[in-house]
Amino acid sequence: MSGPTEPTTPVATDARGSAPAEPQRVPAAGTAASTRDVRVSPHGTAATPGARVVQVQKSLMVHNDGVAATNREAFRHSLVLNVVSSPGSGKTALLERTVRDLDGSLSVAVVVGDLETDNDAERLHAAGAPSVQIVTGTVCHLEAEMVARAVDQLDLDGLDVLVIENVGNLVCPAAWDLGEDLRVTMLSVTEGEDKPLKYPRIFKDADAVVINKIDIAEVVGFDRGRALDAVRKVAPGARLFELSARTGEGVGDWLDYLRERRRLKASAMAAAATDAS
Amino acid sequence: MHEFSLVMSMLDLAEKAARADGARRISAIHLEIGALAGVVPEALEFAFEGARVGTMAEHARLEVTYLPAIAYCATCQSEFELDNRFGIAVCPSCDAPSADLRQGRELQLAHLEVEE
Repeated sequence: MSGPTEPTTPVATDARGSAPAEPQRVPAAGTAASTRDVRVSPHGTAATPGARVVQVQKSLMVHNDGVAATNREAFRHSLVLNVVSSPGSGKTALLERTVRDLDGSLSVAVVVGDLETDNDAERLHAAGAPSVQIVTGTVCHLEAEMVARAVDQLDLDGLDVLVIENVGNLVCPAAWDLGEDLRVTMLSVTEGEDKPLKYPRIFKDADAVVINKIDIAEVVGFDRGRALDAVRKVAPGARLFELSARTGEGVGDWLDYLRERRRLKASAMAAAATDAS
Repeated sequence: MHEFSLVMSMLDLAEKAARADGARRISAIHLEIGALAGVVPEALEFAFEGARVGTMAEHARLEVTYLPAIAYCATCQSEFELDNRFGIAVCPSCDAPSADLRQGRELQLAHLEVEE
């Protein structure tokens, strides 16, 4: 860490202006590039002497989104959920309950991500669902490619529901599309009613929000009104479920939702197949 | 620390674009990041510090433009900027909540400055 280095601190600039001076065409230094139409960014010209501007305009997620699209194609016969929550909200418990209570009426397989151990996959396997554990090591979220590799070990033919249990984390998984149909964000009554406000992105993108452990809500002084208000504010379009994976209370509505969404996807796929033929 | 994954993806895209343009060195990388993208600036900088070593962007500046979150109100048929950091989108004209986020999730490599 010595010698002169250029500043690397991200420089926050105002999106609505602050373009330094008037934009001008930056001369290309090399002949190879000089014939190219080098467009100048609306945010200004190259600040480095001798440098030229190259427009890229690509999402950092472009690779992941491509793999997610391939996953989505491979998943066309199954309803696919991406379940996210903090560690300990009860994702695995809800999935165990879901598999047991469906009792074979829908076939379910699970891909589960954790930093270490395959304990969750073993629990889900014991509950009756084929399960594949993704051990992410130090990676704090699942990416589409990890899921693609994991589902190679599953038989997707005739599978009604594929559940991807993400790494317990309310921040990092948000940006990674895995190819799912539904994003399910969970919180439990022990976590604080303002969680949706603290982690807005992951709640905002949720198709369904599940509040778990309602059997102990009273004991822990859970303010239901405040929690529902926070969910409704951040995720006004999400379906809301209040349940206890442990006692089974409220789980019926959740299962009905899965059946309904599974049916909707199957008919959409059938209609698309008819149109295509 | 998902910022590390983002930075790896950023460097990959940046090097490809720079090479395609016949450049040998990247002197600046400009990102556009939405207010609800879930990126921590300090974590991004930290990840960049580590990941840039040995790449064409080893001596590059990292510049980030943060884009405000903008939602669409179906009732008023107009867009509005969110006035809070909590992702709460309530139309300032009619008070209706909106689930239609039009801007704020961006993780975009906008442009580079490159040299021969």
